[in-house]
Amino acid sequence: MPTRRTLIAAALGLGLAGAAAADEPLKIGFVYSSLIGDAGWTYQHDLGRLMVEEAFGDRVETAYVESIDGGADAERVIRQFASQGYGLIFGTSFNHMNPMARVAAQFPDIAFEHATGYTQDTNLAIYHTRAYESRYLVGMVAGMMGDSMGVVASYPIPEVLRGINAMTLGARSVNPNFTTRVVWISTWFDPGLERTAADALLDQGVDVLAHFTDSPAVVQAAEDRGKHVVALGDMAQYGETSHLTALVYNWGPYYVERTQMVLDGTWETANTWEGISADMMTIAPFADSVPQEVRDMVMAKKAEIGASEFHPFQGPLVAQDGSTKVPVGEIPDDMMLLSMDFYVEGVEGSLP
Amino acid sequence: MPLRLVPRLAPSRLALYGAPLLAVAATVVFGYVLFLAIGRDPLTALHAYFIAPVNSRFGLSEWLLTALPLTLIGLGLAVGFRANVWNIGAEGQLLLGAIGGGAVALALWREGVPGTFLLVCIAGALAGMAWAAIPAFLRTRFNANEILTSLMLIYVADQLLGYLVHGALRNPQGFGFPESRLFSAEAIMPNLLSGTRLHVGWLLVPLAVLAMWFLMSRTVTGFRLQVSGEAAGAAAYAGFSQKRMVWLSFLLTGGLAGVVGAMEVAGPVGQLLPEISPGYGFAAIIVAFLGRLSPVGVLLAAHLLALILIGGENVQMLGVPVAVAQLFQGVLLVALLASDVLVRYRVVRLGRLGRGSA
Repeated sequence: MPTRRTLIAAALGLGLAGAAAADEPLKIGFVYSSLIGDAGWTYQHDLGRLMVEEAFGDRVETAYVESIDGGADAERVIRQFASQGYGLIFGTSFNHMNPMARVAAQFPDIAFEHATGYTQDTNLAIYHTRAYESRYLVGMVAGMMGDSMGVVASYPIPEVLRGINAMTLGARSVNPNFTTRVVWISTWFDPGLERTAADALLDQGVDVLAHFTDSPAVVQAAEDRGKHVVALGDMAQYGETSHLTALVYNWGPYYVERTQMVLDGTWETANTWEGISADMMTIAPFADSVPQEVRDMVMAKKAEIGASEFHPFQGPLVAQDGSTKVPVGEIPDDMMLLSMDFYVEGVEGSLP
Repeated sequence: MPLRLVPRLAPSRLALYGAPLLAVAATVVFGYVLFLAIGRDPLTALHAYFIAPVNSRFGLSEWLLTALPLTLIGLGLAVGFRANVWNIGAEGQLLLGAIGGGAVALALWREGVPGTFLLVCIAGALAGMAWAAIPAFLRTRFNANEILTSLMLIYVADQLLGYLVHGALRNPQGFGFPESRLFSAEAIMPNLLSGTRLHVGWLLVPLAVLAMWFLMSRTVTGFRLQVSGEAAGAAAYAGFSQKRMVWLSFLLTGGLAGVVGAMEVAGPVGQLLPEISPGYGFAAIIVAFLGRLSPVGVLLAAHLLALILIGGENVQMLGVPVAVAQLFQGVLLVALLASDVLVRYRVVRLGRLGRGSA
């Protein structure tokens, strides 16, 4: 009965192979656009990666490649991960979108996840945070601690405009005369340029700084000049007295959830855009100088946003030119938020 | 016993070929200790550096693809450096090539013209040459230092690219993100090897190496370039025009860098982005010197640099920090350049030298 024996052997073999596969840790790759450093965008993604390692221990194995941005490198690195048995790959920068989409099409059995983009596929999920919710909250803090804000901004894309507008709205909700000015520096990371822009804003007399760039340079500028700053990611170690609070991206819960799905075999593509309610956004601890009543107000608003009782862009939303963008009592849809291309009332200067 | 370097009368043949091997060997030993010191298996790490990137069809294709821009720009620079023309701005000429080529690709986006990619490459070359003409003009007309002018123009080119992808060339359906549309199929460089990203532009590599060898060793122009580099006075006395050499060097490198830029955006990248090159134009300067300004040397140096660039990504996947990966790359380059000293000098013990000269 050679046939049956072969069948049994094959069955046994399959079973063993299955068991071995189950014991093999799931390999997860992360592609970072900048160096991890000790603060900023990539640092916060890496905290998420560490959370995955902590949550799953031996069941996962993670790896990352830093400093991969635009150009031909991204596709090679993503593909390298895919062909080395990685089962789940995260691309954490907008510039990874098209390379990732191309590789994903060639590896249909691997789960790909891309942050901040808009191209989705059956094995390519996209995810992003509603950072504007936390921006609104840090804006409130700025509005109660000063009368004007200077923003060191990167590129005039909807994500950044939402952030500038949300901070301004938050500040003006508690301080109606609050104004915001913006310096665009066309980079996500350039400590020298960030510092120059921050100094220029402080020379113009702004009370509070904010930034969309990755280094702690803006925080250091505020610290050196005795002014305040609301930071991107907890940078309190760089601004003992100046660092009021910060918006904090919390990628960990999402990374843990998606990893669990791959381990369970239930992963499927998704378009995730979550904020405070899903714990994907939060704010950093307040500085000692922030009074208790300010903290209470901000935390109360955070709870309202988390419970969907309040939307930072709910009407009336008035643009800089006086036109009404969202009527009283209405909440803008995601499409309007995703294509935001205007300043709200209170922001000075014109869009580049 | 103290050692001393004594100049050789003629470059040593043995050292010429032996020195790079010695440098690689020294780097491997250094890497072994380095990876051991940070708690990684040295053999796995070295394997990931030098073997893993090229032990598959795809790996090989990526190696050639990465070496392509380095070789072409390195060849152009080598010619200029031999003539003492210091074009440091190849990166900017590359960016202009990307802009010029990209603009053509986007202008013909809807037209479906077969062979658009050829127009893209030609536009890229012309744009790169035009950009290179600025420092050439400033040097020949006003005697402005071309190192400074070509370098500064990189930043201008970078801003220009940023301005265009945020404005005129931005994808209207791209949610405001700074990027162009994906180029149409006709504008994309045809594939050379299916299943890889290696495109027909690679055919320029052997062609350019041959052409450069021919130019430098078989033509009067090559001879003039060489003489004006090594003895400007003699060249002037012989009636060789220094200005012509400056123009030739700049236009050649600008054209090559421009075509490289166009082939990057019409090749592996497939669209215009604010960041296109990981610094090929700068790395090509190292390539030119590492290759001792000779065509075959540039070819070898470009492939070595491409290998350690990809290897550096690979070892990161093993958990080697990027700083260590870059340190290792740096040590290799320093060792290679330092070993060159053995070609022109020999090492002798001080005692013997003293007796000999006494």
